Amino acid sequence: MALLRGRGYASVNYPTGMNLGGDPSQALIHATTMGGFVVSLSSVDLGQGLKTIAAQCAAETLGMPMDNVIVDTADTDTGPHCMGTFASRGTHRVGNAVIMAAREAREVMLQVAAEELEVDADDLETDGSGFVRLKGSPETKIHVQDIALAAHFKQGRTISGRGIFLKERSYPVPETGEMDPDSAQAHACTVAEVEVDDETGIVTVLSLHNAYEIGRALNPAMVTQQVEGGAWMGVSHAVFEATEPYYPSSRAHGPVDFCEYLMPGPAETPVQTSVILERPASNGPFGAKGIGEMTANAPIPAVANAIFDACGVRITVMPFTPESILRGLDELRDAEPSA
Amino acid sequence: MTVKIVNLKLNGVDKAFMARPETTLLLGLREQLGMMGAKRGCAQGACGSCTVLLDGSPVVSCLVPAVTVDGSTVGTVEGLSDGQVLSDVQQAFLDGFATQCGFCTPGMIMSAEALLERNPDPTTEEVQEAISGNVCRCTGYEPIITAILDAAARRRGTTAATTPETDEGPPPTTAYESSEGMRADV
Repeated sequence: MALLRGRGYASVNYPTGMNLGGDPSQALIHATTMGGFVVSLSSVDLGQGLKTIAAQCAAETLGMPMDNVIVDTADTDTGPHCMGTFASRGTHRVGNAVIMAAREAREVMLQVAAEELEVDADDLETDGSGFVRLKGSPETKIHVQDIALAAHFKQGRTISGRGIFLKERSYPVPETGEMDPDSAQAHACTVAEVEVDDETGIVTVLSLHNAYEIGRALNPAMVTQQVEGGAWMGVSHAVFEATEPYYPSSRAHGPVDFCEYLMPGPAETPVQTSVILERPASNGPFGAKGIGEMTANAPIPAVANAIFDACGVRITVMPFTPESILRGLDELRDAEPSA
Repeated sequence: MTVKIVNLKLNGVDKAFMARPETTLLLGLREQLGMMGAKRGCAQGACGSCTVLLDGSPVVSCLVPAVTVDGSTVGTVEGLSDGQVLSDVQQAFLDGFATQCGFCTPGMIMSAEALLERNPDPTTEEVQEAISGNVCRCTGYEPIITAILDAAARRRGTTAATTPETDEGPPPTTAYESSEGMRADV
């Protein structure tokens, strides 16, 4: 009886967005009287950080501090349209829509500022700290709050912008099946190191080493966390989660809560290292691709390959339970020529 | 059924609320005392997002009948900071980006507080055990474990045990935070 160590890797390439009846998202931006910019979206942030990304895209395009941006995802009934946050599309679709809206709002903002400063709008630039200033003459400047007040109460204008990103529907070519289903492809590779107990069949994932090519990383801290949190989910798929034998026939006796539906806890967490490679995508917001869903994918086959490397058992059904490991080891022993 | 008045010292302040026999400490905190930091996740003691300190020990407040805490001391995440300066654990969570959706965070922080109170120099394994009753579905736990070790080092006055994995400086503020900070700045 022994603890057997093994190493395996797997690669994944993954589409950004989808192609059903076309894939649009919209964004609207307007300035408040105080010089804040409200980004209205119907896109949902359920913790993945979409609001942060939308605020970054708006702030970068407007030339304003992040603090001036308010992202409002309040209501899908009344907000601008979004297909939803799925298909790893949020950053790509919503980011592009926000940039388009912010460009339009920025243009109006500069026009209002130009009238206040009595200069040409083409000669103005933002300084990133909240001011619009004359190029080459930085003392000629006006704060965004004064711009917003002037627009509202003096010039009678709305500083606002409309944005949409639409991935048009693509029909397959009947002869070849050729089509254009997504907007970009992100790529990744994970190396997993595991330990297999050949007495109990328990697989322990010791470490995961991830390399991700995701276009531009708009927020490297969030990218790393998505990669590692997603990889944790992959470990969960690989060696923990199972609803058999009850699902889908009956939920009456199946795992229905945190106590019964096993996922890795703090002590089952593998050590992770992650490398982010940036190859900006031409159609992405500042070059970003989507990496939402793919982060759970590569760890699973990587763990399966590591199990094979450790003990010679080739498992093709998830999760890789102790029972399946022990049955595989038994089959290997049975196949050995008897001494 | 009898409604009773429950007196407790909440984050250092005397409070009282009325509780029916089935009222949990969590519901008392959230619905009667307005303390929304502790979250109602599973309501069966399995997820830890409702963790608070009861007389210094971490408890899942969804399983504690409110009438049993009469006269006790209760600490919630709201009591860790004065609203200006974060506690060392909170700051370590922020610096190490040990949050994502944030739902588990108050419970994680309270479990960490309880650990560091009784063990100022925990090992990784002790941290893992201390938060083993707290479920996180975003981070994969690693940044949380790292942040708690970091907070322990800060509290001991030694150099931070670890630095955030990315070298891009502190993560950007979220839109939530920005919307509050805006009026002061503009």
